[in-house]
Amino acid sequence: MTTFLGMPTGGGHLTGEPFPKAAKHALGNAQLRRNLAKATGTIRAKRANVVGELPDWAELRAAGAAIKDEVLANLDEYLVRFEEALTSRGTHVHWARDADEANRIITGLVKATGTREVIKVKSMATVEIGLNEALADVGVHAVETDLAELIVQLGNDKSSHILVPAIHRNRSEIREVFRREMPGVDPDLTDDPRALAEAARKHLRHKFMTVDVAISGANFGVAETGALVVVESEGNGRMCLTLPRTLISVVGIEKLVPSWRDLEVFLQLLPRSSTGERMNPYTSVWTGPTEGQTSHVVLVDNGRTATLADPDGRAALRCIRCSACLNSCPVYERTGGHAYGSTYPGPIGAVLSPQLTGVDKNPTLPFASSLCGVCYDVCPVAIDIPSMLVHLRERVTESKRATPESTAMRALAWAMSDARRWRRLIRLGKFGRVASRHVPLPGWSTARDLPQPPKETFRDWWESR
Amino acid sequence: MRVALFVTCLVDGLFPDVGKATVRLLERLGHEVVVPSAQTCCGQMHINTGYPGQALPVIRNHVEAFERADVIVAPSGSCAGSVRHQHADVARKHGDRKLAEAAESTAKRTYELSEFLVDVLQVTDVGAYFPHRVTYHPTCHSLRVLKVQDRPLKLLKAVEGIDLVELPSAETCCGFGGTFALKNSDTSTAMLGDKMSAVLSTKAGVLTAGDSSCLMHIGGGLSRLRSGVRPLHLAQILEHTR
Repeated sequence: MTTFLGMPTGGGHLTGEPFPKAAKHALGNAQLRRNLAKATGTIRAKRANVVGELPDWAELRAAGAAIKDEVLANLDEYLVRFEEALTSRGTHVHWARDADEANRIITGLVKATGTREVIKVKSMATVEIGLNEALADVGVHAVETDLAELIVQLGNDKSSHILVPAIHRNRSEIREVFRREMPGVDPDLTDDPRALAEAARKHLRHKFMTVDVAISGANFGVAETGALVVVESEGNGRMCLTLPRTLISVVGIEKLVPSWRDLEVFLQLLPRSSTGERMNPYTSVWTGPTEGQTSHVVLVDNGRTATLADPDGRAALRCIRCSACLNSCPVYERTGGHAYGSTYPGPIGAVLSPQLTGVDKNPTLPFASSLCGVCYDVCPVAIDIPSMLVHLRERVTESKRATPESTAMRALAWAMSDARRWRRLIRLGKFGRVASRHVPLPGWSTARDLPQPPKETFRDWWESR
Repeated sequence: MRVALFVTCLVDGLFPDVGKATVRLLERLGHEVVVPSAQTCCGQMHINTGYPGQALPVIRNHVEAFERADVIVAPSGSCAGSVRHQHADVARKHGDRKLAEAAESTAKRTYELSEFLVDVLQVTDVGAYFPHRVTYHPTCHSLRVLKVQDRPLKLLKAVEGIDLVELPSAETCCGFGGTFALKNSDTSTAMLGDKMSAVLSTKAGVLTAGDSSCLMHIGGGLSRLRSGVRPLHLAQILEHTR
């Protein structure tokens, strides 16, 4: 792969501890394992139901992949078209090459309004760049208005899922967070979901009516018209998009679709894949500011151009953040999202995060998969995540000098590329009969017995027949 | 029919009984089995661990070993999957177009055992007798790379005397994943634990699958638990007669 000098890599919340270490910690949490198994199991079943009822799902999926590929192949043109359309509607457009630049632009815009508080629509891009922390550094408090993001924020916690950031919490844990952290909450609050939602509603209504600056992301941007789209379940996003006088939308440069009609494909693919619903409750589309509103769009690269440069990795930019791969992944279901260390957990995170940051900053994520392939099957835009993981593993091994592993692999490949050498090697297995009983294989032998090598290899049997 | 057996490195070195069972089964069905002596391994471990360049000579060896074979049968969904879906790609990415073309030809002639029996030989009842309680784990690569669907189950259902019980959450990965089990052994063990619970809940005495690698993994765990459940490859059940 060619790396162009000066191509920005992604900063912000995209790296963490090595995956095996973080996973070990998470796996020891029995409550987390139960919460995740229950939640992912429920969403998996719902998704399978609503995907199964569409006879043209395969065609929709192929169309989704094709539209995204076309956008990515001509992204330079689409972005300029998008900027022109936005500007002509009166929206101010800003370009940010990485997380730092995006945060500088946004904090500048917020400070200029004089506000000390902003309300936020659920947005992955703003979590990715670490916007809330950047705002706090300049004395501005960001209020998350998505219920799950609010739970995470109040609990001083981190999101562990793209769609359901508080998936690792059950309702009694949420009640505790609310009782401890939500100002003015009823001390007798129960863990009844309705009561919890009502408490959040009261808390947020006050914010909607008093805070005058909102920050959003976008699920899609329409290059042709400059329209932005936010898809949500609660309606809180729409409050933020319509009430405040200043709206700042933070949009990854890969979020574009060419035209209005292309949304038809994605608005079918997304809700069925993410929440397992035929249609999401709220779809907000806006083209330019509403009357009396000032609107800004901040287009963020943060490693996306670098991702685009790799022909075997760029399809990760098709991702529409539905989370179907997280919900289906047997690794994610057991470790949860925090183990991935990045804003983007699960299989898509394992291919996206290392590409955004460069594999040197995320060398363990491409290996955080058994390559079982479920993620590819459920992906609504047909991202071949297993093949991409294998490709990124190569980029990781190539980025290192010789390691004991690479030397051992080289020796094994040497033996395996010639039948006579191979035969001599496996005959040694006979001598391994004793060893296999007494010498543990690190990692393997903690929970599994090693097979006892046979007295005679297949090859020897075949020839003596 | 003359069938070239791709025995796979794991079966050759660690599970020869699976290779023997495959030979005997195919011979019993009236076919001639040959075992090209130049074969070694498909190179999948190298490819999937991030060393496709090192796998290149292994792939070349495989392609040359099976150059003259009309049909190639492997008792493994994973190895057949690598031959069919990885070899040509790796060769092409490393600029070896000639090898890529040869690998494409090998891929077209390669079948996993259940595919070969059901699709090519068009047989589901192979005349086997196996009076035991058995549960079947569909391995990930046979299921999602090769898409063998219910072919192995069709073969098992036709076995006389078998008490075939459904494995709960059958299609969930057992956590092996090659070097994944070593690099992420804690996560792998958690996945293995859930798979073993599912196996034990069936009260089956035998766990079967189409891949010796996954069976080595689940079997290794079941052995550690002293569970008494025997891992047996699909070929070993189908080979068994009265």
